[in-house]
Amino acid sequence: MNMIWIVFSVPEKWGVFRERLFHEIKFIGINSIPIVALMSTFMGGVIALQTASNMDSPLLPEYTIGYITRSSTILEFSPTIISLILAGKVGSNVASEIGTMKTTEQIDALEIMGVNSLTFLVLPKIMGSVFFFPILIIFSMGLSLVGGWLSLTLSGLASTETYIVGIRSFFEIGNVVYALVKTVVFAFLIVSIASFYGYYTKGGALDVGKSATRAVVSASIAILIANFILTQMILL
Amino acid sequence: MIEVININKSFGDTQVLHDINVTFEKGKVNLVIGQSGQGKSVLTKCIVGLHQPDTGMIKYDGRDFTGLDRKEKKAIRQEIGMLFQGSALFDSMTVEENIMFPLTMFTKMTKKEKLDRVNFCLDRVNLSGKNNLLPAECSGGMQKRIAIARAISMKPKYLFCDEPNSGLDPKTAIVIDNLIREITYEYDITTVVITHDMNSVIEIGDNVLFIHNGKNWWEGDRKSIITTENEEILNFVYASDFMKEIRSSMQEKRK
Repeated sequence: MNMIWIVFSVPEKWGVFRERLFHEIKFIGINSIPIVALMSTFMGGVIALQTASNMDSPLLPEYTIGYITRSSTILEFSPTIISLILAGKVGSNVASEIGTMKTTEQIDALEIMGVNSLTFLVLPKIMGSVFFFPILIIFSMGLSLVGGWLSLTLSGLASTETYIVGIRSFFEIGNVVYALVKTVVFAFLIVSIASFYGYYTKGGALDVGKSATRAVVSASIAILIANFILTQMILL
Repeated sequence: MIEVININKSFGDTQVLHDINVTFEKGKVNLVIGQSGQGKSVLTKCIVGLHQPDTGMIKYDGRDFTGLDRKEKKAIRQEIGMLFQGSALFDSMTVEENIMFPLTMFTKMTKKEKLDRVNFCLDRVNLSGKNNLLPAECSGGMQKRIAIARAISMKPKYLFCDEPNSGLDPKTAIVIDNLIREITYEYDITTVVITHDMNSVIEIGDNVLFIHNGKNWWEGDRKSIITTENEEILNFVYASDFMKEIRSSMQEKRK
């Protein structure tokens, strides 16, 4: 807990902090766009196909496929599944980067110079992810819906018009807000947990690997627990 | 001048340092020697504030470092340069960025002033023109010299070197030793070098502290370490059978 207070100390130099923030947004956020795009498109496609294949009742209107695809994507698949993917990609990356700096005495070098290493290294990563993960998730939601549309129209299970009617039906902006709030919490959990494991790495290369694994596992569990708590708090 | 007064440090039940008292003099190369695991690095980390000693006091030119909080220590830390065993260069930055880093963080120098200072420091360690290399593209000896350049970029009053010769060939090790000595005399700083290397002791040791079992076992200069009869030091200095034979033959000649 003490670590978090130190992380949120005022940066030594705002210009340096700004540079590092942009670097982290690029490194953590923009570099994650390809994997998020790929995952989201296929995820949306599969959700739409599964929904269509399970709709046997003639009483259900066809646009229900679009409606269910949108709801599943916004409420759960984009914020939670993509965050779990990012926990693997970003979490292991952050833990191993900071862990390597720890074992090669680069963090000691920062401290001896008089630099607050936690604020210098961890704060831009947390701020960058908290800022950019919601953008990634909005991007993911859009691509999931596109993936659903592609799979339905290419397979001939629904027309473009009915799909669009479906995704526009009973739309509540509150669901998007709920998804983005979850994403911000998940982003904070992923980076702070990974930074913690990286910063307290002791030993050598093997221990850096162990820290990265622990960071991913712990962040994933934290996401699942936080998801449950936030759903209880916000939706119910 | 750095004064170490009654420093004790334990990790769990293991006491690593026992009542260490020593003064590291200004303008001199002060060596801390001893076998591995005797507490040399722990002592250095206590002095620079990476470990908090259990008891005792560290004074930098009369300023009590141990009693200060994180923010107050920062001011003294900016007067410290440190050369780490593995160089500890920031591997995502170029040579120039590494040396410029403390200047960017703690000074209001313009870009040109910082660049001039970087070039001066690189020139001082005979690495002019290597600005745009990454640490991974440099040899071990070059990395040590870059780390020295970074350590002196802020014109430190105190320079700490943790095993500066580890992993270097004897010739490069002498280059690094000479550089440390020249910088110490040139800038009149207090230099503390942790080493196992007897070549370094003979080459640059103005004052030598021998640590054994976490205790301040022996103090002297580079000449007296060769002639001392202290058994632990003799076992350290003349560790191999070959060196012991040389010592015996020297003693017989003297007789």
